[in-house]
Amino acid sequence: MDSDYILEARNLAKEFKGFIAVSNVSLKVRRGTIHALIGPNGAGKTTLFNMLTKFLAPTSGTIHFKGRDITGEKPAQVARRGIVRSFQISAVFPHLTVLENVRVGLQRKLGTSFQFWRSENSLQELNGQALELLDDVGLASQANVVAVELSYGRKRALEIATTLALDPELLLLDEPTQGMGHEDVEKVRDLIRKVAAHRTVLMVEHNMRVVSHLSDTITVLQRGSVIAEGRYEEVAANPQVMEAYMGTAAHV
Amino acid sequence: MPNLSKVRLAGYGALLAAGLVAPFVAYPIFLMHALCFALFACAFNLLLGYTGLLSFGHAAFFGTAAYVTGHVVKTMAVPPGLGVLAGTAAATAVGFVFGSLVIRRQGIYFAMITLALAQLMYFFFLQTSFTGGEDGIQGIPRGHFLWMVNLADDRKLYYVVLATFLFGFVVIHRTIHSPFGQVLKAIRENEPRAVSLGYDVNKYKLLAFVISAGLSGLAGAMYAIVFTFVTLTSSDWHTSGEVVLMTLLGGLGTVFGPIVGAFAVVTLQTQLADKVGSLVTVIMGAMFIGCVLLFRRGIVGEAVGLYNRVLGRRPY
Repeated sequence: MDSDYILEARNLAKEFKGFIAVSNVSLKVRRGTIHALIGPNGAGKTTLFNMLTKFLAPTSGTIHFKGRDITGEKPAQVARRGIVRSFQISAVFPHLTVLENVRVGLQRKLGTSFQFWRSENSLQELNGQALELLDDVGLASQANVVAVELSYGRKRALEIATTLALDPELLLLDEPTQGMGHEDVEKVRDLIRKVAAHRTVLMVEHNMRVVSHLSDTITVLQRGSVIAEGRYEEVAANPQVMEAYMGTAAHV
Repeated sequence: MPNLSKVRLAGYGALLAAGLVAPFVAYPIFLMHALCFALFACAFNLLLGYTGLLSFGHAAFFGTAAYVTGHVVKTMAVPPGLGVLAGTAAATAVGFVFGSLVIRRQGIYFAMITLALAQLMYFFFLQTSFTGGEDGIQGIPRGHFLWMVNLADDRKLYYVVLATFLFGFVVIHRTIHSPFGQVLKAIRENEPRAVSLGYDVNKYKLLAFVISAGLSGLAGAMYAIVFTFVTLTSSDWHTSGEVVLMTLLGGLGTVFGPIVGAFAVVTLQTQLADKVGSLVTVIMGAMFIGCVLLFRRGIVGEAVGLYNRVLGRRPY
């Protein structure tokens, strides 16, 4: 595998008691790009996503990250290698403060996470770094707010800040703008563009405006299989894709 | 929140003062009984309240430590301090074995497997010879602490028990407020997210389980010295249930809740036992139901909630 591609899935399949959610999907994510995974409901996007982050074990197929086979690894291990995911339902730690949320992402590096005899004040050396990350997503002024009190869009931003705390090479975003109002969608879209500057992003997304705006490459899934791949214009012009989305040949 | 920490500090001071004068006001054996269970409940709360794991077999650790302490102090003439250490070490080891087996499971499965393993220990204690089976271990000598303090004196023993309790309490408090505790809270709040941030959550849960088991053991070991006997009750599933009740009644996930809960339950048990007999169990059950239905946050949780409401603060 050439180093152009940071992530490569080969012939991935997932079967749930006879139901084939994903069949024989191969996917290559090029380093430094924003790659979107789209498809109608039930196409297997989230299942594929969960397999790539090892939250689900594939029935068959392999996954390579930077040329290394990670098919047999555990989710936490994959995260430490630099593939960090977000979740469909916003994944914050609701009863920790905004600052503490980000610090959870940062603190593993200190190597003190098993030290139950050390004071949590020792984590304060991370505060500066955490505030910088929060500043990047526009949350610095709310550092001491308990996460549960944030609006939905801000929770999403917090989640991204926490994810960035790990400085991941590959960011996997599961429907980052789902359930958001118009304004929030634009904020998150800009945020994704900003953080993607030095990284690779693979995202599942329904909002076509976000997808068309951000993506370098789009892969379209339908009923567990890839039906098209390419730039937005190419994919949108593909009759099979139109069929999948509209049932007829109309524009996407 | 400088006010809150001041209030808390004042609370610690008042409790400590109360702890120091208590044996002059109340019956020391009762106080020690309550302190042993308070430590037991605090240790249990570390697991349920701060890690979100419901163990239904914590009596196994309490009982293991009580038996080991009783055995080595009585038959090997080990001084009580060392005996307590031996008991605590044994409970920690059992905690590691149980924890390694059970930590992969969650929710009801976790509770049921811990219960099953604890029952296994119970029948082991019933059958094996060093525990005395149905008779238990009787006449454990209290001896001298550090060859100086004669523990036969209830009041002297009380202060040793109080100091041990405080040690355990400080360990738990520190654990909750440590980098490790921060990860535990994250796991309790959102486990998949903690995994996605690269934490091997099972290792963290296991360590929390072992610390909790060890401190439950410390409580059980002291219990053996205080009462100078150990019976099967110490590892009975009723005891596992009692510690759940104490923690919920006092306030799950609060620092002082388990202490309040333990004192409330032990007081009721000792006060009511000679008046209503076996009805105590019924009363306990009714309290448990009342607690779950009416004040879920427990005594301390509700009190803190009320305090915040009066001050017009929002929760958290």
